Amino acid sequence: MSDYHNPVTTPRKSATFDDYALSEIRRAAATGIYDIRGGGTKRKLPHLDDLLFLGASISRYPLEGYREKCGTNVVLGSRFARKPIELKIPVTIAGMSFGSLSAQAKEALGRGASAMGTSTTTGDGGMTPEERGHSSILVYQYLPSRYGMNPDDLRKADAIEVVVGQGAKPGGGGMLLGQKISKRVAGMRCLPEGIDQRSACRHPDWTGPDDLEIKIEELREITDWEKPIYVKVGAARPYYDTALAVKSGADVIVLDGMQGGTAATQEVFIEHVGIPLLSAIRPAVQALQDLGMHRKVQLIVSGGIRNGADVAKCLALGADAVSIGTAALVALGDNDPAREAQYQALGTTAGAYDDWHEGRDPAGITTQDPALAARLDPELAGRRLANYLAVMTLEAQTIARACGKSHVHNLEPEDLVALTVEAAAMARVPLAGTDWIPGRGNY
Amino acid sequence: MTTRIVDLAASSVRELNQALHTDKGHMHWQVLNPAGRHSIAAGLDAPATVEIDGHVGYYCAGMNKHASVIVRGNAGVGLAENMMSGRVHVTGDASQAAGATAHGGLLLVDGNASARCGISMKGVDIVVKGSIGHMSAFMAQAGTLTVLGDAGESLGDSIYEAKLFVRGSVASLGADCVEKDMRDEHKALLFGKLTAAGLAGAVDVGDFRRYGSARTLYHFHVDNVGAY
Repeated sequence: MSDYHNPVTTPRKSATFDDYALSEIRRAAATGIYDIRGGGTKRKLPHLDDLLFLGASISRYPLEGYREKCGTNVVLGSRFARKPIELKIPVTIAGMSFGSLSAQAKEALGRGASAMGTSTTTGDGGMTPEERGHSSILVYQYLPSRYGMNPDDLRKADAIEVVVGQGAKPGGGGMLLGQKISKRVAGMRCLPEGIDQRSACRHPDWTGPDDLEIKIEELREITDWEKPIYVKVGAARPYYDTALAVKSGADVIVLDGMQGGTAATQEVFIEHVGIPLLSAIRPAVQALQDLGMHRKVQLIVSGGIRNGADVAKCLALGADAVSIGTAALVALGDNDPAREAQYQALGTTAGAYDDWHEGRDPAGITTQDPALAARLDPELAGRRLANYLAVMTLEAQTIARACGKSHVHNLEPEDLVALTVEAAAMARVPLAGTDWIPGRGNY
Repeated sequence: MTTRIVDLAASSVRELNQALHTDKGHMHWQVLNPAGRHSIAAGLDAPATVEIDGHVGYYCAGMNKHASVIVRGNAGVGLAENMMSGRVHVTGDASQAAGATAHGGLLLVDGNASARCGISMKGVDIVVKGSIGHMSAFMAQAGTLTVLGDAGESLGDSIYEAKLFVRGSVASLGADCVEKDMRDEHKALLFGKLTAAGLAGAVDVGDFRRYGSARTLYHFHVDNVGAY
């Protein structure tokens, strides 16, 4: 008898049918409905992390970190608006609605942004007095649903953002489930309380760039040409969308990459429609340059911005400012491990919680439940956001000084290299250690 | 009461609208030679009367509040879009999306209205003496749409709580829109809307049929997926 046993191979799971794919098949089979969630894409994508700054060297002088000034202000709307707005920092707060967010969360966003001299943005559902009151600079979104849209609020706004699409779901509308359609939310949207509320994907009274030009003119007429008018698009065809937005008369273009979040949409939409921010910025900037409008029509980019390095990279690629949504919510307290037990009770874990549409957010941010919403202290959360915005700005300045720039807008593509071939091609900067930009030159 | 006359052959739409927004001394205005220009009388916020002698382009009387706007001609896309209150009267036909997203007031079209009339309406009363085009009252949330003529295809698709009254034929109903009983309360409601439009006694409320939401799509359910 031999002690020998035939060796057993280690059980091997499929890379294609991984645990998540299997669980989603089972969930779909059990429920017959696609998965809906909040947030942005969770898959690994070519990203700003794939870029590096070169910094100063013999050929370039750096600026002294704590001594020499590095400007961060941004003027938006200088093309046509009689009253352009000026932000002290190049980081804005993206559009998020009262309805998807609690009133406390909206107040906190306003407090934090105002403390740092930057803007917040309404969302699908209109403007609340609290939001206007706590936001020194407020951008009023003009969405296909026109929920809560009225000329009084339009005139109270500091800028108007015509939303064509967003990065999480270019070409998609919205859905706010009945759990979050409270009496107040329903009243603002002229809908029955508690029903699932759909937001249209197309504007009801214009189609295409020629109509958009007339629509923008109408908004200017109503507001006597005072307000900067933004056009927000989800990153899909950034060159052409940017060119058409310029043609339509936009003062500012907001370009949202697929890492940008949403209050709720289909998982398949979030993960499979649109392109990453990294791949979208240069085509948009190219369109502005081709039209002679770079820096005349401002470009705000968003989608996965987390820190000052991301900010600096976007600006170096040609953007005028960035916008944050998900990161701002995290700064307020979203997905905090301190609430791990509460996330576990919802069948998830801190850092992965994305059922924002269900209105059961333990942090009191993506909810209309009064008891949950009361957990968020708007002053404290606003302070956290202000701190975070300050850090992002300081980080961007640190990098800009290291590159010898006296203003963050002086950062340029020549300050960057890429770590991967994909990033080099998308950002149109050389692969690190080479002078090779894939798709450019004679290679 | 003096009338301020603005001739758009000599003045720009910008000059007209700036005057309408700032000159509160005149409560009666006459606009000459509109020539299909866009955004005429957009953003009014006063109980003035504005008479426009001719055809207008897109978004005439957009977001109107309080004012009474009369167009003696045809109107382009988005007539009285997002109107909050007041009255807009077009003696001719209206193009697409008339009364889109409007919250209040009365929109009266003597002729026909094209596609998507009353799309996403949020409380306005719309009365069309002629017929309306396809996809009218799409996602209509609140208010009334009264049509003395016929309605095109997919009337009231994905409708919420708006009430639709049609005297003529309906080519087809959209998802979740159904014909409903015309009870006395609805006849009284309709009579009130017709009266406001100056049509009391001109038409019989008994000739109309009522349409509204079946409310089966108010909460998403996979069994209703075929409706989308």
